[in-house]
Amino acid sequence: MIEGIAIEHFLVVSTLMFFTGICGFIIRRNLITMLMSVELILNSVNINFLVFNRYLYPDQLQGHFFSLFIVGIAAAEASVAIALIINIYRNLQNIDVENVSEMKY
Amino acid sequence: MAGFTYTVFIVLIPLVVFLITGLLGMKWKPIVSGIIGTVGLGISFLLSLITAYKYFIGMGHGAEGFQSIIPIEFTWLRFTESLYINMGVLLDPISVMMLVVVTTVSFMVHIYSLGYMKGESGFARFYAFLSLFTFSMLGLVIATNIFQMYIFWELVGVSSFLLIGFYYQKPSAVAASKKAFIVTRFADLGFLIGILILSYVTGTFDFGKLTQPGTAIFGSAATMSFMGISALTWAMTLIFIGGAGKSAMFPLHIWLPDAMEGPTPVSALIHAATMVVAGVFLVARMFPVIHFQAPETQEIIAYVGGFTSLFAAVIAITQYDIKRVLAFSTLSQIGYMMLALGVSGYGGEEGLGYMASMFHLFTHAMFKALLFLGAGSIIHAVHSNYMYDMGGLRKYMPITHITFLIACLTISGVPPLAGFFSKDEILVAALHHNKLLFAVEFIVAGLTAFYMFRLYFNVFWGKDRHYEHTPHESPLTMSIPLMFLAVASIFAGFLPFHHLVTSDMMGFDSEMNYAVAIPSVLIGLFGIAMAWILYKKESVIPEKLALKWGILYTATYNKFYFDEIYLFVTKKIIFNYISRPVAWFDRHVIDGFMVGIGMTTEKVSYRIKGMQSGQLQHYAFMFVAGTLALTLSMLYFLK
Repeated sequence: MIEGIAIEHFLVVSTLMFFTGICGFIIRRNLITMLMSVELILNSVNINFLVFNRYLYPDQLQGHFFSLFIVGIAAAEASVAIALIINIYRNLQNIDVENVSEMKY
Repeated sequence: MAGFTYTVFIVLIPLVVFLITGLLGMKWKPIVSGIIGTVGLGISFLLSLITAYKYFIGMGHGAEGFQSIIPIEFTWLRFTESLYINMGVLLDPISVMMLVVVTTVSFMVHIYSLGYMKGESGFARFYAFLSLFTFSMLGLVIATNIFQMYIFWELVGVSSFLLIGFYYQKPSAVAASKKAFIVTRFADLGFLIGILILSYVTGTFDFGKLTQPGTAIFGSAATMSFMGISALTWAMTLIFIGGAGKSAMFPLHIWLPDAMEGPTPVSALIHAATMVVAGVFLVARMFPVIHFQAPETQEIIAYVGGFTSLFAAVIAITQYDIKRVLAFSTLSQIGYMMLALGVSGYGGEEGLGYMASMFHLFTHAMFKALLFLGAGSIIHAVHSNYMYDMGGLRKYMPITHITFLIACLTISGVPPLAGFFSKDEILVAALHHNKLLFAVEFIVAGLTAFYMFRLYFNVFWGKDRHYEHTPHESPLTMSIPLMFLAVASIFAGFLPFHHLVTSDMMGFDSEMNYAVAIPSVLIGLFGIAMAWILYKKESVIPEKLALKWGILYTATYNKFYFDEIYLFVTKKIIFNYISRPVAWFDRHVIDGFMVGIGMTTEKVSYRIKGMQSGQLQHYAFMFVAGTLALTLSMLYFLK
């Protein structure tokens, strides 16, 4: 429990971060930027976990552990994604997502 | 009753032989299959003779006549408590007699084929099919209920189809086998509907219950009728149509002459002695029902039989293919049997027609098999089916000549050969019941003698033809069956059938009716004399007569154009006006519907595949939008 700060403030911040991430994921063409947007989404979720854990069940720790797992998985995911992006760059000489349409049909 | 259980082996041995030769026949030398088949059938033959001896003589018959015995019966197929189909063995006078007839002729044909079919490709196949046929025919004969009979009836049809089409490289044989199958199958449809009506009305398939005179199971049937005719008459008439198809009665006779495309031993076995009398046997089996419950059907049977015998005899006079002459003669003789059943009464002296019919069936099987096997022997020597390629053969083939002569005399009704007795009984029965039919049969007796001796004189007398090589007597395997059947044809007439095989199984005393016998012998001799005058020496009279009769002769020669009429009806009318619209409907409406479903799916998917852009962000956008929509709608609805 943090004195003087209500739960809603944290939630507003995390919601803003979440939709900024989604917006970036959909709008931006650069794969690196999209990856950053995904990180934003993940971190907004992290904040939610921590906040709910802290405010609703202050004597338990599940939320904290979840956040730690998410941070670990996000790191692994980032490394895989960057590996993919490097390969895409080698094939296409750019990392514009609109040029990656091998999944078509 | 104990003591007859072994009879099931009479039927099962040919089945086993069929399986062995059919499955393994390719592995060993052809002759081995032949020997296995012949030995197997020999055992069946002996067992049948033993059965006949035990049944007719061993058991004797007391005041209550012969008994129906069912040594084996089990439920083969049970649908419900009351609807079930049994399989079993039924022994009564007619089935025991048929066992003897079928196994005798079949055994002779098996021996004969060892010589006749020697060197043919498919020798093993031939024996496998022969065994299959014998099995089916025996199963038909000993059927305990009408459904078992129907099953074997169809099996007989199939094996007949296989054997007619034995030379499957020959288009005419293939066409003939198809024709035989389709025509008989068409008739069997009637049989099946008849069975269904009959069993619906009576609630049973069992012959024992159906053929009990004065039984109560028909009580409810009397009130049922359709189009003013009672249900039972319909049932019996439809069953008779099935019988008429197998027995090639007019107007379903068209398949039998063509069936002669099969090997000659097959013609002897199936299309002369056994399968074609299945119809007669069926009518005899159902006789009490037909006689008491459906007298109209019995009238129909009498007239159809009478007409067929006259019609076929007339055609037989003009044919040149010796096997076709015999085929038409078979039609004519089976017509006799049907007629005798049609005019018969029930019980004692009244049942003379029934007895005569069975008697004629028995003797006819012997002499007609002999005639066919003789014809086969001739064809084997001359390599032609046509009379104008033959002549003067008596010098070359003495055994065939003598046995053929005996058979001709027998069928012409010359005493004391077998045909005389049975034909005489039929004529007496006809005279007692219907003068018109008697007159027809009387004329047919003369015609029969005439065309048989026309055949005989043309083949064995007259001038020598130019043969490719000198005709020679057939080998022993072929002449022994000829001799055996000749002996049977001579002596079969002395069997006291009126004590053995009668409508009520009681036996009665029958006396020679000289008022009928003498004229019938005279007209037979007259026919022979006519044939002697016209055909013994080369003469121009037959041709002059043919010219004089003009159209009538041509029409008869072409079998009164029945094949053409059938072709016209089927090809021009049924194909054009029924089959074609049905085919059109099938192709355009039913197929069109199915194809339409497929095409629609394909077109729709072609259209919507544009949504799969491959752009990651489109997918992401769709995913988010979908989630939002779902969330909002949940919030809205679950408020």
